[in-house]
Amino acid sequence: MTREEIIEKGQLVYKKPTLLNDTPMHYCPGCSHGVVHKLVSEVIEEMGMTDKTIAISPVGCAVFAYKYIDVDWQEAAHGRAPALASATKRLWPDRLVFTYQGDGDLACIGTAETIHALNRAENITIIFINNAIYGMTGGQMAPTTLLGMKTATCPYGREVKLHGYPLKITEIAATLDGTCYVTRQAVHTVAAINRAKKAIRKAFEYSMQGKGSNLVEIVSTCNSGWKMSPEKANKWMEENMFEFYHLGDLKDTGADK
Amino acid sequence: MADQEITLMKGNEAIAHAAIRCGCDGYFGYPITPQSEVLETLAEQKPWETTGMVVLQAESEVSSINMVYGGACTGKKVMTSSSSPGVSLMQEGISYMAGAELPALIVNVMRGGPGLGTIQPSQSDYFQACKGGGHGDYHLIVLAPASVQEMADFVDLAFTLAFRYRNPAMILADGAIGQMMEKVVLPPFKPRRTEEEIIKECPWATTGRIGGRKPNIITSLELRSEEMEVINLRIQAKYREIEAKEVRYEEFMLDDAEYAIVAFGSAARIAKKSIEIARAQGIKVGLLRPITLWPFPTNEVKALASRVKGILSLEINAGQMVEDIRLAVEGAVPVRHFGRLGGIIPDPDEVVEVLKSSF
Amino acid sequence: MARMKGATVVDTERCKGCNLCVVACPLDVLALTSKEVNRKGYNYAHEVLSDTCTGCASCATVCPDGCITVYRLKTE
Repeated sequence: MTREEIIEKGQLVYKKPTLLNDTPMHYCPGCSHGVVHKLVSEVIEEMGMTDKTIAISPVGCAVFAYKYIDVDWQEAAHGRAPALASATKRLWPDRLVFTYQGDGDLACIGTAETIHALNRAENITIIFINNAIYGMTGGQMAPTTLLGMKTATCPYGREVKLHGYPLKITEIAATLDGTCYVTRQAVHTVAAINRAKKAIRKAFEYSMQGKGSNLVEIVSTCNSGWKMSPEKANKWMEENMFEFYHLGDLKDTGADK
Repeated sequence: MADQEITLMKGNEAIAHAAIRCGCDGYFGYPITPQSEVLETLAEQKPWETTGMVVLQAESEVSSINMVYGGACTGKKVMTSSSSPGVSLMQEGISYMAGAELPALIVNVMRGGPGLGTIQPSQSDYFQACKGGGHGDYHLIVLAPASVQEMADFVDLAFTLAFRYRNPAMILADGAIGQMMEKVVLPPFKPRRTEEEIIKECPWATTGRIGGRKPNIITSLELRSEEMEVINLRIQAKYREIEAKEVRYEEFMLDDAEYAIVAFGSAARIAKKSIEIARAQGIKVGLLRPITLWPFPTNEVKALASRVKGILSLEINAGQMVEDIRLAVEGAVPVRHFGRLGGIIPDPDEVVEVLKSSF
Repeated sequence: MARMKGATVVDTERCKGCNLCVVACPLDVLALTSKEVNRKGYNYAHEVLSDTCTGCASCATVCPDGCITVYRLKTE
């Protein structure tokens, strides 16, 4: 049996989601953003929400997310995506509204917007890419940078005396009465990717069922910023990031509401 | 008809009632003196139970304006209100809306600055409102009400202009107009637009790809310089059109005037009393009141300079609009400024004394 | 005995040569080209072992750029 015969007669088992268009993504080779873009696209398609989705992109590496996923997009000011999403969802309650933000955008400059949108129980989902660094601006220290981790603005490693502690905003979110589903996922293996997809699907469904706000953190790699190969970055993430940022659901009250 | 009833209310309350009546879809705001009655009145009126209008108290002015940005992206009629320090916080969001060419209404009930300043009335945000305020080359359409009636009337006018040109509009009032009670005839009720109407009138809006249309993307970002210049030139061309078509102003006793006062908002009310006093003393003076501060009535002020011997810019600030008057007059006649600061409203008699000593 | 036979199709022009698919493949079917590059200058992924792929799609699942399409056929 030749390869050509398998392609011709066989069953299609995997194909890039249609919603993710053919525009080449500007992300660095091996960047986690691409995988999450695929998952978001697959979930929107599978939920049949292509024509009812309004997404909000951040300032940071994902600023151009609007070029790749074929839904309506609003490009927010730095950190303000949850404010845009709050208004959008209240004005169009039957639409699927989500933000897609990085750690600098969400957990630093936009902390207030994040906490208050989540705690107002806005029926939105926040997709939070945490790679512990400012990728777009060239690898500076983020609120989520681990202690000891070297970045362009803590070149000798993050230390408490100089920079304070890394922020676990997802743990904070889980304590808020307004949140329904708060989870921390990763996309470094097939199993992790499948779990992350289920988490995004659940968050989007809760948003549409009016159960409150949802936060899906994806612990991610920034191999360029970390100055590692994509493979090594995944390994480094497993060995260092997961110890501080534990994977799994932190809160799920969807079934009770 | 009930809609035509004359009622007595504050300027801030008139803004709130007018918003509900003109089919506004959403208000997003944060308390600050002297404009808090806008949000308070909306909360008391509960329009979400009648017209379906969304009213939300945000966690900050930064968040308010970005809620307005998000709401405006979706083609809905959205607004916020604040006072000077709060409007300073909003400048980034306003710049984004100007860059993304979005219609929205921002109300600034000015108080004296700089900094935390005072809660008393002022007109010291003229520069901020008319010259951009935030970063980048942009303008807001700026309307200056001089009465509670105009506070009510300008809400619908501001939305009409904002949607006509896909540009944010501002009502630039001050603490006096916001807090004073006057009789007002509220505008008649206009229903909020339906989903179908919004999708038809705002084909650019992020409403979801209803009917399978291509994705709509609202952004002010364009990294390619050649493209960014094209966007800027298009926006500038729009501004030239607004300047040509939308100048609004009021003339008062200018027919035989030898001197003119140019004043807007509360200062124009003082000017009218000063003119009455001056004319009783034989000084022929009239008033030109810009209603649109941007676009500024440049041609009208220029024409005025050919008819009078001198122009006094009366402002409740240290001299801001006077620069636009001088640019219009181009040195043809003397242009003086008089203003009080720190929240003090000029006295009509002192204005007359200034008139006498200036020219 | 029934056996799954698979095949991958790599959009080589879209591929950025990150190597994550190569790492993810349990049967070492894929590798990056050693010399050939695409128009962007990247070495790209391609099948190097024939008759080995089972169509598990691990490579495609982890590919950040959605470059890989996978087919599978049951054979006796």
